[in-house]
Amino acid sequence: MVNHRFLIARKNEISDFNRGIKQGIPIALGYIPVSFTFGLMAVNGGIPVWIAILISLTNLTSAGQFAGAGLIIANASLFEITLTTFVINIRYMLMSLSLSQKITQMPLFKKSMMAFGITDETFAVASLEKGEVSFAYMMGLIACPYWGWALGTVLGAVTTSVLSEKLQSSMGVALYAMFIALFVPASKKSKAALVVVVVAIFWSSVFKWAPYLNQTSSGWSIIIAAIIAATTGGILFPRKEDEF
Amino acid sequence: MSRLLMAVFLMAAVTYIPRVFPIAVFTRKIESRFFKSFLYYTPFAVLGAMTFPGILWATSNFYGSLVGLVVALILAYHEQGLMKVALGAVLAVYICELWIFR
Repeated sequence: MVNHRFLIARKNEISDFNRGIKQGIPIALGYIPVSFTFGLMAVNGGIPVWIAILISLTNLTSAGQFAGAGLIIANASLFEITLTTFVINIRYMLMSLSLSQKITQMPLFKKSMMAFGITDETFAVASLEKGEVSFAYMMGLIACPYWGWALGTVLGAVTTSVLSEKLQSSMGVALYAMFIALFVPASKKSKAALVVVVVAIFWSSVFKWAPYLNQTSSGWSIIIAAIIAATTGGILFPRKEDEF
Repeated sequence: MSRLLMAVFLMAAVTYIPRVFPIAVFTRKIESRFFKSFLYYTPFAVLGAMTFPGILWATSNFYGSLVGLVVALILAYHEQGLMKVALGAVLAVYICELWIFR
């Protein structure tokens, strides 16, 4: 009996993991051109190939790595590098907090492991899953993007551009298009989601273009705009208990 | 070299800490209806804020990016899935960069 239950749990884990893998593949494909550009830019700037790869393996983030590597190349102080990277990455706190309510119960070391793989894209895909998400699912979801990110970096770091400059530039739009593919269908179905998205876009535009406010760094802009928008959603459209 | 490794280590640390801290600390389920709703709407809020206006500078040409944005919106509205939306937008920008906005 115990053995039987164990087998069922094991089977669920495997199917969760596989579902994660499947959903992670498009993310990984979107990452390759971006990390390719990162590898290229880092090595062209004078960062050794193995350091560029090490950065991707240990950081797994786009904006933070670009800024950090840019500052390394510009010979900035360690303090400046750390602070800038941190500010850009503050948005992950919001995602991690949101995911803390979305995951099944699991021990701390498992949480710490999956937390490493929280990126804008894995977060978005995981949080749009129905119901709670398990550790096995998260590890599946993270696997391909992690190795895709590393692979792109290696290719970018060791080649002197296989892709034409124009094609590479065009690929910059891929991740944003994926974001759009994630929130547009949801906004079609739910007025609340639509309002939240519009409010977020409004405030991030304000932080980009309004005088004085446009001094805000992109990391802070995203987090402030997102907090205002999610608060608006929480006030205007509080969800009923059975909707969670 | 050691300064370089130190920079990589610090970058990794300040990237990992915001990711792990909330999920490690908030072990209990939050009961407040507002806060639960807030967290439910967070992904939409973050996605909206990250996409626009950031997408306009995603490629080397502003107008090309704008075309990519419109194509992505249309494909996403027709629920074409992640890969098709991404590839469609990339292709649209590429065509723009090749022939239209040079």
